Amino acid sequence: MTGAAILAEGLGRRFGDIVAVDGVDLEVPAGTVLGLLGPNGAGKTTIVRILTTILRPDRGRATVLGLDVARQPQAVRTVIGLAGQYAAVDENLTGRENLRMVGRLTHQRREVIAPRADELLARFDLSAAADRPVRTYSGGMRRRLDLAAALVHRPPVLFLDEPTTGLDSRGRSDLWAVIGELVAEGMTLLLTTQYLEEAERLADRIMVIDGGTVIAEGTAGELKRRLGATIIEVRLADATAAGDARGRLAGTGAAEVHDDGRTVAVTVADPGRAVLEVVRILDAAGLTPEWLTVREPTLDDVFLQLTGHKAAAGE
Amino acid sequence: MSEATLAHRSRVAWAFYDALAVAQRNLIALFRVPTTLVFSTVQPVIFVLMFRYVFGGSIQIQGFRYVDYLMAGIFVQTVTFGSINSGIGLAQDLSTGLIERFRSLAMARSAVLAGRTLADSVRNLIVIVLIITVGFLVGFRVHTGPLALLGAVALLLLFGFAMSWLMALIGLTAGSAEAAQAASFPLMAVLVFASNAFVQTRTMPGPLRAFADHQPVTATVDAARALLNGGPTAGKVLGSVAWSLAVVAVFAPLAVRRYRRSA
Repeated sequence: MTGAAILAEGLGRRFGDIVAVDGVDLEVPAGTVLGLLGPNGAGKTTIVRILTTILRPDRGRATVLGLDVARQPQAVRTVIGLAGQYAAVDENLTGRENLRMVGRLTHQRREVIAPRADELLARFDLSAAADRPVRTYSGGMRRRLDLAAALVHRPPVLFLDEPTTGLDSRGRSDLWAVIGELVAEGMTLLLTTQYLEEAERLADRIMVIDGGTVIAEGTAGELKRRLGATIIEVRLADATAAGDARGRLAGTGAAEVHDDGRTVAVTVADPGRAVLEVVRILDAAGLTPEWLTVREPTLDDVFLQLTGHKAAAGE
Repeated sequence: MSEATLAHRSRVAWAFYDALAVAQRNLIALFRVPTTLVFSTVQPVIFVLMFRYVFGGSIQIQGFRYVDYLMAGIFVQTVTFGSINSGIGLAQDLSTGLIERFRSLAMARSAVLAGRTLADSVRNLIVIVLIITVGFLVGFRVHTGPLALLGAVALLLLFGFAMSWLMALIGLTAGSAEAAQAASFPLMAVLVFASNAFVQTRTMPGPLRAFADHQPVTATVDAARALLNGGPTAGKVLGSVAWSLAVVAVFAPLAVRRYRRSA
């Protein structure tokens, strides 16, 4: 067994004429976190489904802890946990019943099932709701229960497919905190996400996926340096002023006018200095913006930079 | 893998243990959300009342009081239509992502389906007992004995179990609960109505009669009728059991294969 907890070589999968995954190589060292970043339809979920034995690859091979996902699927299943985009828990059962069911289905000893369920309920802040049907849970509670269910059998490798999609910001930060703890305990994690912020927050390394292939790879810092880390946006009074400002700001960073015709976005590597420069240039030209914001790049910005097209197939 | 697991059991033992865990989950849902149970009961009750009091007066069956003839048909109809729930339940589990989780666990591949069909057999038992009670209220009587009645219930459960595997295959293939319902209802309706469940087949036109005389619902109604009313029984029971076993033998492997292959 190598140091890679998850290894894939030339992974490919078609559905009819559609190539969902097209030659993906990846390697996740034990105890680290890989983030697969990409829009809907990029092939992230298909990769996860192959690595979790749910789907067989058409070509290439993949192993988890040295076990081949296509040839030894039952063995792979004992060492992985999966939590998906949909909270895959039974609505009619209580939280406790859901975890105990998974305990039985992962073949835990009867005497450890109940305490393990209680432990996970406490850890994920679900003890108070443990005996209520999941039907009554909030979206965030369901996701936490779903994650707890993936951990019942203490798998060393965890797959999270868009763990926070559809959650509000409170639910998202709660879940991030919980995932962060698991990682700190040495869990090997592969997660998919549409949010650059999420990948940056949780992942050691990020792979940007588009059209079933890896189009960029690196740490969040490396990707951002390649992309120009920060975006300064200024809204001007009209299109003329915006065109004027774009010309003057082109020296500061890559500057372009948004679809609305009067917002100029400048992608910069050094936000502190660049903001001062933008303000000075605008002031000198007598251009007073309606507002000015500084923001981190979104997945859309990353895509625009990497592929020249927007992250398509958005929800 | 943690040492807390039970690695020593055989594959068959695991398949059974896993199926029971899934069945338990389905039964909790059945009793916690009893609408399925209620709807499974309301429809046959309406049929009992309709055929007993609306149509029954103009149907003459030689050698039977019509209510006694009718109830065997109603029982088989109940378990046949009830089996549609197996398909609907599986289609729902597919669409909520629950089956995705089950597929990622090292459990028996047959367990989700076997657990569903076992739980549906328990539901069938409850509904049959309710419908027998309704039958007694409208004049139905068992003319054989308690053992034969138990035999009839067992026969009906076996038949419902078999039909559940057929419905499981449809439910896994259909893609949604609505599609599963839409796909299975016509099939079940043909089996139930083009049979001897409510009327004798001899008034049916040739080809229809040929179908009606050689299909599993008719065979099972014949067997149930014999067990409840007397007369030659053994051959009919064997006929029904053979149909049920054949349906399981064909559709259980197909359904499990469908489950293994991802949707």
